[in-house]
Amino acid sequence: MSSDLFQYVIRLGDNALINGQRLAEWCGHGPFLEEDLAMTNTALDLIGRARMLLTYAGELEGEGRSEDDLAYFRNEREFRNFHIMELPVGDFAFTTARQFLVDAYDYHYYRALRDSADATLAAIAAKTLKECEYHLRHSSEWMVRLGDGTEESHEKITRAVTGLMPFTPELFAADEVDRAMQEQGIGVDLDSIETSWNQEVDRVFSEAMLERPQISFTRGGGRQGLHSEHMGYLLAEMQSLQRAHPGLNW
Amino acid sequence: MNAAHATGEVSGHVESMLKEVGEILERVTDPEIPVLTIADLGILRDVRWNGGGIQVIITPTYSGCPAMQTIEQDVRAALNRNGYTDVEVKTQLAPPWTTDWMSAAGREKLLQYGIVPPAGSSAKQSLRVPVRGLTCPRCRSADTEEISRFGSTPCKALYRCNACLEPFDYFKCI
Repeated sequence: MSSDLFQYVIRLGDNALINGQRLAEWCGHGPFLEEDLAMTNTALDLIGRARMLLTYAGELEGEGRSEDDLAYFRNEREFRNFHIMELPVGDFAFTTARQFLVDAYDYHYYRALRDSADATLAAIAAKTLKECEYHLRHSSEWMVRLGDGTEESHEKITRAVTGLMPFTPELFAADEVDRAMQEQGIGVDLDSIETSWNQEVDRVFSEAMLERPQISFTRGGGRQGLHSEHMGYLLAEMQSLQRAHPGLNW
Repeated sequence: MNAAHATGEVSGHVESMLKEVGEILERVTDPEIPVLTIADLGILRDVRWNGGGIQVIITPTYSGCPAMQTIEQDVRAALNRNGYTDVEVKTQLAPPWTTDWMSAAGREKLLQYGIVPPAGSSAKQSLRVPVRGLTCPRCRSADTEEISRFGSTPCKALYRCNACLEPFDYFKCI
């Protein structure tokens, strides 16, 4: 087993899982019924993606850990998701802006990952890409509706974007695992994903009448298991049932 | 009886068994859209004999579709009821499921049920462009509009007919 591959897969799985968990918090709280359904449908796709990736990570590790073991019985420092995924949901504008920035990343990332030399990752990517495409379309439309909407919606989405942009450089900060996987033809080239992502973001921002804010600081460390203060609370909620009743099943 | 004869008999037996298994599985329906079988939907990919038992290959529609677990249980239960106890249900991801695999009979049944079947082929359209001009399954008017791209299940979008004012589901083309 290549431990680089395990790391690579578990990072992808954790990003999908934590993003899905945050988005699912909107269940029953959406601004209106159709949007409530849209957010929870998207969350369902993300959890489904996390299940495929974490199951695969468990197989690669070869120690008999299932998707549930990995999701519910790891501690904060063992999670490898980016900070942007764990930030609290905030208001609808904040959730929309996060989803757009992440959807654009996922769309270009999984598009490239379809050509992975690892057959399982390529299959998961091909499956996931179809879903990323309509997630991105949905969040792009909302960016435009809010950005080019009322004075209040424009102000709220601007505030959200300003708060979120410092968390985006982490998405492209390749480390030794990313580089090793790219060299083996398994992982994607993060530089080229960054170029495509920037074009996507600029295109939608200009349609949404939004300016790209200057970033004065950045946060990162998720790849190494270093998280913000929000992560512990998220895990407490997500894991409490399995921790109280280990192995509990539907 | 010589060995060659015995082998021929075994493979003939396996063949007729797989045929029967296929017929049983033809009747397993989707838990969310009970008018469609898993074969109609293209979820059922293959049935094999693995030397000791039956291996059923299924593929998920959407990665998070909660119906997949029920479908797996239903496949197992249908075969168990008919005396097949050694059943393995395997999930296969590649090639990824597409609505292009939905049978013509399935599309017709879906329409009769009140859900507009996927329009056209997935290769020719993008989910990023909204589908227009769908025909209302009740009054057949083409004056319809999308209400929400996300409906009651991951595979459906919500539309409304502007002629009869009834809402209806559209099975997304993916």
